[in-house]
Amino acid sequence: MKSWRLILPLAVFAVLLVFLWVGLSLDPREVPSPLIGKPAPAFALSTLHEPAKTLTSDDMKGQVWLLNVWASWCVSCRTEHPLLMRLASADVVPVVGLDYKDKPEDGRAWLAQNGNPYRVSIVDQDGRVGIDFGVYGVPETFVVDKQGVIRFKQIGPVTAEALDQKILPLVRELQKS
Amino acid sequence: MRARLLVFLAAAFTALTAAAQALNDIEFEGRLKRLEAELRCLVCQNQTLADSNAPLAEDLRREVRALATSGKSDAEIKQYLVARYGDFVLYKPPLQRNTWLLWIGPFGLLLGGGIVWCAILRRRNGAAVEDDKEASGASPEDAVTRARQAIYEEP
Repeated sequence: MKSWRLILPLAVFAVLLVFLWVGLSLDPREVPSPLIGKPAPAFALSTLHEPAKTLTSDDMKGQVWLLNVWASWCVSCRTEHPLLMRLASADVVPVVGLDYKDKPEDGRAWLAQNGNPYRVSIVDQDGRVGIDFGVYGVPETFVVDKQGVIRFKQIGPVTAEALDQKILPLVRELQKS
Repeated sequence: MRARLLVFLAAAFTALTAAAQALNDIEFEGRLKRLEAELRCLVCQNQTLADSNAPLAEDLRREVRALATSGKSDAEIKQYLVARYGDFVLYKPPLQRNTWLLWIGPFGLLLGGGIVWCAILRRRNGAAVEDDKEASGASPEDAVTRARQAIYEEP
């Protein structure tokens, strides 16, 4: 009876401690996307470099691809840019850029200055396609499989760790299937 | 005379329709305001869509307005946003498998606290009764009986 009285508050405290500890390592900015495991939203947008041409979601079917949401005004896009450049030169997976809420001329100038890692970039000037993809913090990166299903979403800049441990292994696995 | 009446009627009619339209607009704006106050801005997470000045909030307000104008119900508009951003956009989370702890938890804690409180109260009352018994063990009658036994050595 006496020991039970002593242990119970300690146990409650320990449980609380575990919850708080886990809470410390959670990032409230990372809202899990409901789109993972669902078909990527359909889109038809004109490309950045040839505005007369449009790219649709169906054009990408049959291959694994990345959709990287970026903008010339986006500061943290600069942190992930060298990684994307390296990814492009390795030519492992095609990366489509979604120039989000940006003036096309600004986007083109930014790529000319910093290098263009994208197979093709499409322009989402009013941000409608961004909303369909549930974009709320640029940059964001989606992994889309051969059937056009979203398999992974990176919120914020792509890190070397995320690329090596999550994105590239997933891409390789999806390319095999 | 008849022409004057017609002019008057026409003027009254336009004024009335304009008033009705204005009323409709007020109602519609009120509905949008209410709806936007129930939705979360994802960029500045502790602000509602109505309060936020973030560009994304502006876009989402525009989207909500467009959907409402096209005749979508509040539930359909919320569903549209939940499909894209998840339950997190709702300020009032729905009751479902991963949120039942959130909804039931506080009542569970209240119940647990109540049980502990009752147990403590009961124990304290019990102790008080025990004390009474001990005290009544030395009641005057008993004392007299014991004294008599001691004096006269009655069995």
